[in-house]
Amino acid sequence: MYELRDKALDLNELVQVVGDPGAGAVVTFIGTTRDNNEGRRVYSLEYEAYPGMAEQEMRKLGEEAAAKWQLSRIAVHHRIGSVPIGEASVMIAVASPHRDEGFKACRYIIDELKKRVPIWKKEIYEGGEVWIGTQTGDPLPKMPWVSGS
Amino acid sequence: MQVKVKLFAILRERAGQSELLQEIGNDSTIGELWQTLRKEHSGLAAVNIKLLYAVNSDYVGPDHVLRDGDEVVFVPPVSGGC
Repeated sequence: MYELRDKALDLNELVQVVGDPGAGAVVTFIGTTRDNNEGRRVYSLEYEAYPGMAEQEMRKLGEEAAAKWQLSRIAVHHRIGSVPIGEASVMIAVASPHRDEGFKACRYIIDELKKRVPIWKKEIYEGGEVWIGTQTGDPLPKMPWVSGS
Repeated sequence: MQVKVKLFAILRERAGQSELLQEIGNDSTIGELWQTLRKEHSGLAAVNIKLLYAVNSDYVGPDHVLRDGDEVVFVPPVSGGC
């Protein structure tokens, strides 16, 4: 239910995976690749992941969400490799007894995924390429999930 | 003792390799390992970004003490999602 894929993602597959007759809602999120960033025209995007740890960290996010809200089932698929503009790079599906929990959990999972799941995005744009997050020396997020940090 | 270092994204490109084996002294910390790698690999010496650390697929702090055979990953700023 927490997977890396090297080809196009399929929302129907996630919705089927989380299917639960006891759930009154399935909330889904699709993140797609944009053709522009900070005024630059982006031609293509490449995603790279640390296999094993990436799925494990996605699973932890699901478990954290399930501890915060009443949820039935969760699925997260992240695409790796080259992703054409306009296609999905990530899909999340959350089934829950009531819709409010599902919306909150979906939001939590995508927000936290962007902070700590070991996946990296490279933008190839007119005149160059850049690994996002490395260009400005942005401070790293605090790591409350690491003991002793 | 020896650890396996896996390199991803900008670190992989700068080092020109995705994996290397590194000899380190007993009780070395992961922070010390990074300083050693920067001295021995010119491509990594120029890297001036903050890194997170992971050992055997779990995030750890910079003072984490390494063991023989550990799999170490230096995690540049992550940018998954969309």
